Amino acid sequence: MQTAEIREVILEILEEIAPDEELGDLKDDVSFREQLELDSMDFLDIVMSLRKRYRVQIPEDDYIELASMNSTVAYLEPRMRDLEKV
Amino acid sequence: MPTATEDRDRIVITGIGLTAPNGNSLGEYREALLAGRSGVQDYEIRYVGQTHAGLCDFEETRHQKKKDRRRGTRAGSVGIYCAHEALADSGLAFDSLDPNRIGIYVGVTEHGNVETENEIYELAGYDYDVKFWSHHHNPRTVANNPAGEISLNMGVTGPHYTIGAACAAGNAGLIQGSQMLRLGECDLAICGGVSESVHTFGIFASFRSQGALACHTDATKASRPFDTGRNGIVVAEGGCLYTLERLDDAKRRGAKIYGELVGYAMNSDAKDFVLPDDTRQAECVQAALRKANLNADEVDIVSTHATGTASGDEQECKALRKVFGGSPRTFINNTKSFIGHAMGAAGALELAGNLPTFEDGICHATINVDELDPNCHLEGLVLNEPREIGRPTYILNNSFGMLGINSVVIIKRV
Repeated sequence: MQTAEIREVILEILEEIAPDEELGDLKDDVSFREQLELDSMDFLDIVMSLRKRYRVQIPEDDYIELASMNSTVAYLEPRMRDLEKV
Repeated sequence: MPTATEDRDRIVITGIGLTAPNGNSLGEYREALLAGRSGVQDYEIRYVGQTHAGLCDFEETRHQKKKDRRRGTRAGSVGIYCAHEALADSGLAFDSLDPNRIGIYVGVTEHGNVETENEIYELAGYDYDVKFWSHHHNPRTVANNPAGEISLNMGVTGPHYTIGAACAAGNAGLIQGSQMLRLGECDLAICGGVSESVHTFGIFASFRSQGALACHTDATKASRPFDTGRNGIVVAEGGCLYTLERLDDAKRRGAKIYGELVGYAMNSDAKDFVLPDDTRQAECVQAALRKANLNADEVDIVSTHATGTASGDEQECKALRKVFGGSPRTFINNTKSFIGHAMGAAGALELAGNLPTFEDGICHATINVDELDPNCHLEGLVLNEPREIGRPTYILNNSFGMLGINSVVIIKRV
């Protein structure tokens, strides 16, 4: 997967876990929490979705990397570059 | 000499919010009961296959965000809908209330089966590796979940909890709310019962294994208490929550009052895991009558619990004959014949469907009785067609459950 596809995956997950939010205006360089009503359970949902869909394991110490779209994609790129988008 | 009960110790119903398989408001539901319209339909659930169920189609997102619905449970969603609708019906504005002084008391037959089954089903797709087990499992399955979701959604900071009382739970919720108001633990009780049981295959499979799951070529005729052709229970979902207040508070604000909870009782058979006991049921009814200071022949309507099982209906009729055998003006009906067995919501829903009789004087029927089982013969049974009985004064509502738990409430027209 290229970074654009990884971004699409994250958007799909956000659409699922935050269905009331308008994601069209999401700014990639601003933290999710500043733009969306997300709490710790939601971030666990992101982690679980990636685990279920792509078997990507994100250690707890790395959760901080999921702060914004840019940081999330940068963190996931080396871990997902060899995977096909599903 | 008994003294008149003070208004602050008298508990009245001031609002009703409900969803039933045949109506999403008291008006719709009552209209369906008087029209003889069933809410039971064909239904398929994993592993069990084809069966029947009473399903609700209330608007989940009327009072709940999609995100919270996804995170929570169907029972929580049913509860949130009913609580908001009840509060709106009461005429109370939430902003005018002290949220610390609202209590939420929700009867449930069971909770957590649906969520656990779903999670295990999902986990099977991951070779039962529990690192794929959802972090939402615990908050979804804690026993207080349906009441807790209401508290979270509305911002109620008073006490909230569920009352696990098998199929006697709807009445138990009302009783709990009434007691907490009398104790001064809250000023407004949101109470009754909810059920999400149609979403657990286990309840269907267990009733089928027990030989107690209804089956009929026409789903709307599958739930048929008192009929010779009855062959078991139709599982239903639903909810009914009431706002209860002390009479002095209700009077002060000029509230509409559906009725006063003048008597109630709960007891236990202490006899069998599943089989009911007519002796203890009759004792429970008599205890409620004593609390209301009533003779049996003063009761105008008895709303039965009967679920459509061979022995259960017979036992309840035996109990009722003992208590109401000499009460020619007591009419008897059944709501499960329309909606199936709404489990934790059953008692609360079945009472609600009868309360409009205080105004319109029409007793709804028990439907689907093509051939009355002689063992279920009761003088006042209102069969298949509603009956004009004049405005009643007292309605008595039975609800019984597994492990021998019995509950009865009596409501008086105010």
